[in-house]
Amino acid sequence: MSNTFLVAVDGSKGSVRAADFATERALASKSNLVLAYVIEWSPYSFHTPEELAERHKRREEEIERAQTTVLEPIAKSVKGKGVKVDVVVNHGHPSETLVDLAKEHGATQIFIGRKGESRVASLLFGSVAGSLVQTSPVPVTVVP
Amino acid sequence: MKRILAAMAIMLLATATAHAAGIDETINTATAPIAAWVGKVVFFKIPIFGAQLPLVVLWLVAGAVFFTFYLRFINIRGFKLAIQLVRGDYANPKDAGEVSHFQALATAVSGTVGIGNIGGVAVAVTVGGPGATFWLIMAGFLGMSTKLVECTLGVKYRNENPDGSVSGGPMYYLRKGFAERGMEGFGKFMGTFYAVGIFIGALGIGNMFQSNQAYVQLNHVAGGGLDGLGWLVGLIMAGIVFIVIVGGIKSIARVTEKIVPFMAIFYCFFALIVIFLNASVLPEAIGNIFSGALTGEGVAGGALGALIIGFQRAVFSNEAGIGSASIAHSAVRTKEPVTEGIVSLLEPFIDTIVICTITALVIGTSAVADPNFAGTAKGIAMTSAAFERQFAWFPIPLAFAGVLFAFSTMISWSYYGLKGWTYMFGESMRGQTIYKLIFCAFVALGCVVQLGPILDISDALVFLICVPNILGLYILAPIVRKELESYLARIESGEIKKYKGV
Repeated sequence: MSNTFLVAVDGSKGSVRAADFATERALASKSNLVLAYVIEWSPYSFHTPEELAERHKRREEEIERAQTTVLEPIAKSVKGKGVKVDVVVNHGHPSETLVDLAKEHGATQIFIGRKGESRVASLLFGSVAGSLVQTSPVPVTVVP
Repeated sequence: MKRILAAMAIMLLATATAHAAGIDETINTATAPIAAWVGKVVFFKIPIFGAQLPLVVLWLVAGAVFFTFYLRFINIRGFKLAIQLVRGDYANPKDAGEVSHFQALATAVSGTVGIGNIGGVAVAVTVGGPGATFWLIMAGFLGMSTKLVECTLGVKYRNENPDGSVSGGPMYYLRKGFAERGMEGFGKFMGTFYAVGIFIGALGIGNMFQSNQAYVQLNHVAGGGLDGLGWLVGLIMAGIVFIVIVGGIKSIARVTEKIVPFMAIFYCFFALIVIFLNASVLPEAIGNIFSGALTGEGVAGGALGALIIGFQRAVFSNEAGIGSASIAHSAVRTKEPVTEGIVSLLEPFIDTIVICTITALVIGTSAVADPNFAGTAKGIAMTSAAFERQFAWFPIPLAFAGVLFAFSTMISWSYYGLKGWTYMFGESMRGQTIYKLIFCAFVALGCVVQLGPILDISDALVFLICVPNILGLYILAPIVRKELESYLARIESGEIKKYKGV
């Protein structure tokens, strides 16, 4: 049985590097890739009534945009290198959702790029890679 | 965009000059007879045991009592489930990114928690005595059942527009619900009637009243320094509302929606401290509430008088039976409309049973400790005085909270009115922009005109729309009961599983 690697993708250069790196590993170990794009979203946020009414439409748009502009180009290049690949877009808390997706797809490893933010920036905004390392049930490879 | 701004500027300028030229007086004299007539019809009172009972209040209370019994005390039975639903225990992770139960509830609560919770309670206690508090809580409790019915129907009968957005609320369930029962023409009439009512209500109670009260409070804190500057405050407020609803700058609204819950918590926190500091007289204050509820001592109409006032204020505050919240709740995407109804049980609970009761206790304990604590102050100033007894600085944050509450209520009601408007005139963008401009102009107007007659008309209309609304609720209640019992049974049997917190 072949292994599945989950790759966190957000359209940044770091995530493209992570995808490239994961593709190499997948080729070497005859594994599959799942490219996951998480749209940050909290069910406990506050909105105006008008935003609520348009929420469903916005959600579809967000998913569509992530699919076409980010996931599909990367998936195409991965496929071109001969690796079987799936894509998935989910809303939620970034690192928690990645963990859930890893479980759902039975991934044995997670690959994630990092932005290389300064200490202040990551202190203020948190770092997805950092918290993923802390919470993931499977090994995480952080690609610089 | 430029053209809209120009139109806006002209409209606001006209507002300011209207005040200067004394046109608001003309408006008042012209509308006063209409207001008196509408008020007389809507608030038609029947004398009963020496009290004056407005029929419309009886109509609302009868509905709330009926739904409470008909749904077998769902307000108690469904309470725990409501909290689990809001927490997201039953939310499918695959639906992440859609409107959550929490978000719909938070938005609806922002629309109802407002000046009424601070000032309205003071009015109730002044006119109806401490006993009015008891009936206020009772009305909140019964109103939970009405809310469940209207919010369930709001989701069930909403329209999904071709662009993927949704429009829901009483006008839709009245039209479709009656049509299902072979009363198509009647349903159409009721839907339109409701839409007109909610539109006018949105300009009055949800708009002018709010901006007016916000101005009064700012002026109060400024020690009268804003006397005669109502037009300026009005213009600024209208400008901010304009930026949010026309300019689509959602960040301001989002900031407000974020601050409002914190303000509500802040308010309750300090209210509890005041009650704690007044603890020595708390038993007496609570005793007064119960004895006042049963005897109605010193109240016109006795116990019944206290009951009427308590119920009337509760409806003003939590809007159960008016159907407005159903418009906000209908945005939730759920396979089970009844889940949104169950969540909405919490709305009158938070608004009336928690926040109004706390306010009533702040006033009640202060009144026992010092019967003349407020002097001649009434309404919101009375609440402010009760806080001032313990914290001299409190009127300033209270005014700030009041202004924010007013602002968030305006944003919510601008949407309710919009849905009434689009129901009547269609969903075209152009029409929506016209509506929004009218809405902004009324924000500015609210600060300059004497509210008397205009507000009376708007008040009356808001109460009037509860007539078709509750009539619709009666007719559609069997559907709600069926869905509710089926849902509860499936939870019981384990067919519907929790995703979280197992």
